[in-house]
Amino acid sequence: MQITLKLYAHLGDLLPANSKQNKAEIEVPESISLNELIDRFQIPRPMAHLVLVNGLFVCDRDRDQPFALKPKDAVAIWPPVAGG
Amino acid sequence: MAWTKKILRVNLTDGVIQAEPLNMEWAQQYLGQRGLATRYLVEEVDSQVDALSPENKFIMATGPLTGTMASTGGRYSCITKSPLTGAIACSNSGGFFGAEMKNAGWDMIILEGKSPTPVYLYVEDSEARLIPADDLWGKSVWATDEEIHKKHQDPQIRIACIGRAAESGNLFAAVVNDLHRAAGRSGVGTVLASKNVKAVALRGTRGVGNLKDPMRFMNATFEHKQVLAANAVTGAGLPTYGTQVLMNVINELGALPTRNMREVRFEGAHSVSGEAMHEPRASDGKKNLTRNGGCFGCTIACGRISTVDRTHFSVKDKPQYWGNSGGLEYEAAWALGPDTGVDDLDALTYVNFLCNEDGLDPISFGATVAAAMELFEDGVLTTADTGGIELKFGSAEALVQITELTARGEGFGKEIGLGSKRLCEKYGRPELSMTVKGQEFPAYDPRGIQGMGLTYATSNRGACHLRSYTVSSEVLGIPIKTDPLVTDGKPELVIAFQDATAAVDSSGLCIFTTFAWSLDNIAPQIDAACEGDWSVEKCAEVGARIWQLERDFNMRAGLTGADDTLPKRLLKDAANVGPAEGKVCDLDAMLPKYYELRGWTTDGQLTSETRQRYGLPS
Repeated sequence: MQITLKLYAHLGDLLPANSKQNKAEIEVPESISLNELIDRFQIPRPMAHLVLVNGLFVCDRDRDQPFALKPKDAVAIWPPVAGG
Repeated sequence: MAWTKKILRVNLTDGVIQAEPLNMEWAQQYLGQRGLATRYLVEEVDSQVDALSPENKFIMATGPLTGTMASTGGRYSCITKSPLTGAIACSNSGGFFGAEMKNAGWDMIILEGKSPTPVYLYVEDSEARLIPADDLWGKSVWATDEEIHKKHQDPQIRIACIGRAAESGNLFAAVVNDLHRAAGRSGVGTVLASKNVKAVALRGTRGVGNLKDPMRFMNATFEHKQVLAANAVTGAGLPTYGTQVLMNVINELGALPTRNMREVRFEGAHSVSGEAMHEPRASDGKKNLTRNGGCFGCTIACGRISTVDRTHFSVKDKPQYWGNSGGLEYEAAWALGPDTGVDDLDALTYVNFLCNEDGLDPISFGATVAAAMELFEDGVLTTADTGGIELKFGSAEALVQITELTARGEGFGKEIGLGSKRLCEKYGRPELSMTVKGQEFPAYDPRGIQGMGLTYATSNRGACHLRSYTVSSEVLGIPIKTDPLVTDGKPELVIAFQDATAAVDSSGLCIFTTFAWSLDNIAPQIDAACEGDWSVEKCAEVGARIWQLERDFNMRAGLTGADDTLPKRLLKDAANVGPAEGKVCDLDAMLPKYYELRGWTTDGQLTSETRQRYGLPS
């Protein structure tokens, strides 16, 4: 199925070439876990600090088991960032 | 010691300038800067005075670590009664001005009364004098800065001044120092203008000594600088992307207030984000962001230095804006962008330049323009009111036009200068003002980040993110991740952030250190520098005391618990998309517990026990 992967800050460099606006449409198997997705794009796990699926935070302990992603879901990942 | 133990008191009415000793008993209770200056304000100013009358005072205050080798030790604050809110105003700025003040030998400068004619205060170490500024009145911040440097033939003078916005009576005018750092919030610049003071110019050559244990201080500051450097946020994220990295985070979370907080996601967020500032422009291949920049002593350097595309409509005939200047920070980018529906990065950057050039708080300005845009789209305002400007959401042209007018205090820009609350009341639609206690919201929708609702409602200076930045925990997981959509535990979280922030704001350090530091890192640095015992517990207690004192000032000024609320839009109209879809901010679930934990009555008044516990003045 196809989902949208969004990688921000310096993780943006790990998106497929020609990606625009820090996102890419990608194909993933339905049973994929978030950590498998993170590994597939060679994101160092400590750098996958903030992981949101459709805007909802997914904590570390829930990233190893198959995640019930649906077609067109958006997975967004940031390294440790802050502002204010 | 770190304090210089000296105050410069300037009576503007009769022109008398005197040095006086710092009250060291108060310094032990309130530390410095925000806390200590608040103690002086409470002592010397009737909280019910008209904020723009000579009876109000204006205090510039450093902290004990300002001007030292501690990382980020360059902060100062402007403390006064706010003309925008009627509450206490305490606006904090970086740059180099604060450190220069300390190097000149002063912990605080207190301006009282009103000068009969425009003046600026010039301070060179122990010498201080008022200099006529009739020739500077009517000039922008940038022009004033240049003129004063020329007049004294000294490029090392540090200057904080007001622009034309403050002179025109704009109620959210800032004090801008070092050209593009600002004590931005609550109209502190307007108070300076009401006293006929155009600028404070400083030259300090004395250095900052008086450290309790210099060797321990040097070791402590070195040790904790290493913590900042090793931390992914303060060592890499902030220097590279600045605060603007939040634009996509908060939008993805469904908590990015959009079009006067009608919506919670902005379709153009990426175009005005920190990532977009790194992308080459189509016209000249250059990036919006030229480089990062740091304030005095800072080892983080989150500041943005940017350019506008020379071919952009806003500047194509204005070469004076083609160079590098202070770029967009997140709060400014949000208020000028998503809140007005404008997704043009160059327009926002130019408008941000203008806010610096003439001393506008970009948060209050952008949010007031957003309210005006909603009034315009509802047909309440027409082009007859706006001087022909089609003030529609999303119009970069309208945003640029109204900014130029507001910066100079002309045309409909005068109306914008009233701020959102007074503007919406004037036009019969008070419910469209997104304010608390008369101050405009920053960039986090409390329907999607519940703790920020309580933060805004209880902030002592009106809606503000920098009084308890629970976003840190609720969104970013610092120091621990909490759920932004629940209210449980948020009163405790807000209080912890409020108290710690008040302590940091009183030390001379920057609040951004707290993305890596806790009071465990900060207290040892204060303790090595300052006489007395400055444990973590004492710092937290001082922070709590400061919060209570500020609250006490506001209650005496006439505010009540009824002012601890949010606009109906956030309490009644549910978010339309994202994780918070269907949710409002459930303030009622948090406020009673907050009052109880603060030791206040059910209607928000300090109890006698609470006053006694913190030793507040009677």
